[in-house]
Amino acid sequence: MDIAIKIDSLTIDYSGKTAVDNLTVSFEKDKFIAIVGPNGSGKSSLLKAITGLIKCSAGSIIVDGISNGKDRSNIIGYVPQIKTLDRNFPAKALELVASGYKKNWPGRLSNSLKSIAHEALEIIGAGNLAEKQLSEMSGGELQKIYLARALVKKPKILLLDEPATGIDMVCERSLNHTIEEYKAENSATVIMVTHDWSSAYYHANNVLLLNKKKVYYGAAKEAFDNANLQLAFSHPGHKHNVEFGLRENA
Amino acid sequence: MLDILAMPFMLRAFAGGIIIAFLGSFFGSFVVQRKMSFLGSGLAHSAFGGIALGLLLGIEPIYVAFPFTLAVALIINYLSKNTRISADTGIGVVFSFAFALGTIFIALKDNYSVDAFSYLFGSIITTNYSDLIFGIVVLAISAIASFKHWNNWAYATFDKDLATADGINTDRDDYILTLLIALTVVVSVKIVGIVLVTAFLVLPPAAAKLISDSFYCLTIRAVIIGIISVVLGLFTSVMTDLPSGAVIIIIQTLVFFLFFVINKATKKS
Repeated sequence: MDIAIKIDSLTIDYSGKTAVDNLTVSFEKDKFIAIVGPNGSGKSSLLKAITGLIKCSAGSIIVDGISNGKDRSNIIGYVPQIKTLDRNFPAKALELVASGYKKNWPGRLSNSLKSIAHEALEIIGAGNLAEKQLSEMSGGELQKIYLARALVKKPKILLLDEPATGIDMVCERSLNHTIEEYKAENSATVIMVTHDWSSAYYHANNVLLLNKKKVYYGAAKEAFDNANLQLAFSHPGHKHNVEFGLRENA
Repeated sequence: MLDILAMPFMLRAFAGGIIIAFLGSFFGSFVVQRKMSFLGSGLAHSAFGGIALGLLLGIEPIYVAFPFTLAVALIINYLSKNTRISADTGIGVVFSFAFALGTIFIALKDNYSVDAFSYLFGSIITTNYSDLIFGIVVLAISAIASFKHWNNWAYATFDKDLATADGINTDRDDYILTLLIALTVVVSVKIVGIVLVTAFLVLPPAAAKLISDSFYCLTIRAVIIGIISVVLGLFTSVMTDLPSGAVIIIIQTLVFFLFFVINKATKKS
């Protein structure tokens, strides 16, 4: 099995605390991988370390043969949590998508850049949002635009940080469908941080259960058993109910 | 009315005013969008420390204010990146210290009041050739740096994490931007004064933001508003015999409220 991302003895210390502790795991190419864990378990820190946003305190991350500290932006598409977005920034959807292609903020959009951005928006079914201001968009619309921005340069690896936060179930389904379609058409590796067990269970090939340390990594269908969840989520003495966290219509 | 342009000192005033309007509005777009309006005020008050030191030592104050303000800008940037304190708190800490130093330097000098007062409130009419040359040099440096970095600055202004993830060295770019803002403040202090510098950085971009749907348009419109305000303000000041800096800022404020009304009316319709 080809490896897309090899993580070896990774420790991330962040603001004086250990976010990820001695993690060793390899993510296979052409797989949909979900990272699941409680709040503060290091999920987003791990994603940021893969992009290069956070430095590794110890260990290494090799992404498609590129080691720590080197520019990986040509092979990674990153969708951050939209709650960090400055909605007061004057910009249209087209500009945000174009920024993903140019890898900087566009001044005046050229016709060729406009058509590239339009095409990315059409792929995810958001062509109608091209001229809309970011400040006027709903959470679901913004998530679509961020996804189009990440996909515009057709990355080999797609990293998504809680893409379903703040959006309704219909939007979430459509988003998951678009991601799966992109993965299938481009043989891409998708890594998604999520709090939604159902989404991970039904869409991911593999699941990483994380609570600073690796609790489980393997097939999604086997990840959500009580013993694993107990280790990843529960306080001592508290039993976790798998059925409670899974819904069938994800 | 155009007769006043025949007077060399008025021509220098227009040229100086247009240079600082351009610089202030251009860099002010980043200051306003990054919610760092306090930075302009902080750096201007810090420049006072350098100016006072120059006056005390008998050296051209701007030459001392320049490295002094750059050092303060670097310290502010360092504090906000390497400690838990926010940028505005870092500005508050450093500028209070620099301003206090300036007050002590002024107190140590005899016959200080007139010189110090002129830097507090500035005088665009007294713009001299060395002010203009300094302004043109800063304008040239800014133009070269902006040509190379504008897209990266704008990207980091929108979302620093995204810009960093896309391989941009945002920390280095932030230092360059802060240094250019510090240079702009030092140039502006002599002409419009410490107290009014913030207005040149904040009012034109704030007005432009009300009528702009992209950051590129915001920047262009801020520069146009800044320059028109200076030209109108100088003519009005000569005709009414009122202080030029204050008149320019009142015009900038009126433009802001005009665009505020237009913005509200457009949204309603």
